Amino acid sequence: MFRVTDKPIHLQELVDCVTVPEAGAVATFIGTTRNNNEGRRVIALDYEAYPEMAEKELARLGEEAGKKWQICRMAIVHRVGPVQITEPSVMIAVSAAHREAAFAACRFAIEEIKRTVPIWKKEVYEGGEIWIGTQSGQPLPRA
Amino acid sequence: MKVKVKLFAILRERAGTGEVHKEIREGSTVADLWAVLQQDYPKLAVPGIRLLYAVNQDYVKPDRVLENSDEVVFVPPVSGG
Repeated sequence: MFRVTDKPIHLQELVDCVTVPEAGAVATFIGTTRNNNEGRRVIALDYEAYPEMAEKELARLGEEAGKKWQICRMAIVHRVGPVQITEPSVMIAVSAAHREAAFAACRFAIEEIKRTVPIWKKEVYEGGEIWIGTQSGQPLPRA
Repeated sequence: MKVKVKLFAILRERAGTGEVHKEIREGSTVADLWAVLQQDYPKLAVPGIRLLYAVNQDYVKPDRVLENSDEVVFVPPVSGG
């Protein structure tokens, strides 16, 4: 399961998807929305994706993880649209026969998401908003 | 020939639109298309950021030659997670 959604994500759905008889471990990661960044008080995050390509890239990194480690299954769901503080923005579940592979592939997945998957995060804070990764100088005032 | 450009995040905001249909010359590359778009939308380029390029949902190099009805996306730095 490699999906982008505008609805809240439920961890159990991912865990159920990757849990197979061959697996002796399921590692999960939940990215949540923090109320601060670089000294700014963040009110909410707003995610935008190029959905067709984002899902393709998520599946590709799942395949890549399968070549690097002996995993059974991987599931990744990333949220788009407004995400409130404390709400999850991304969830990953990986199953493997043994925990080492599950942990390693889970870690790899979140790092790759931040590096290659076409999803963008806008930070909305008191007095402005910023597309993260594109900051050049002062934040732009809110439109 | 005609290509479809999709714009996301900061580029969408700077262009004021999320989708552009553009008539281009045969043999145009992704980089050529970016140059043309910057003339149409003078505020499009974001100083100091590096773009990646995608054609039909795959990352490509800027010298990739475009074909009719390709879907092109200029990818600002990603920040998912």
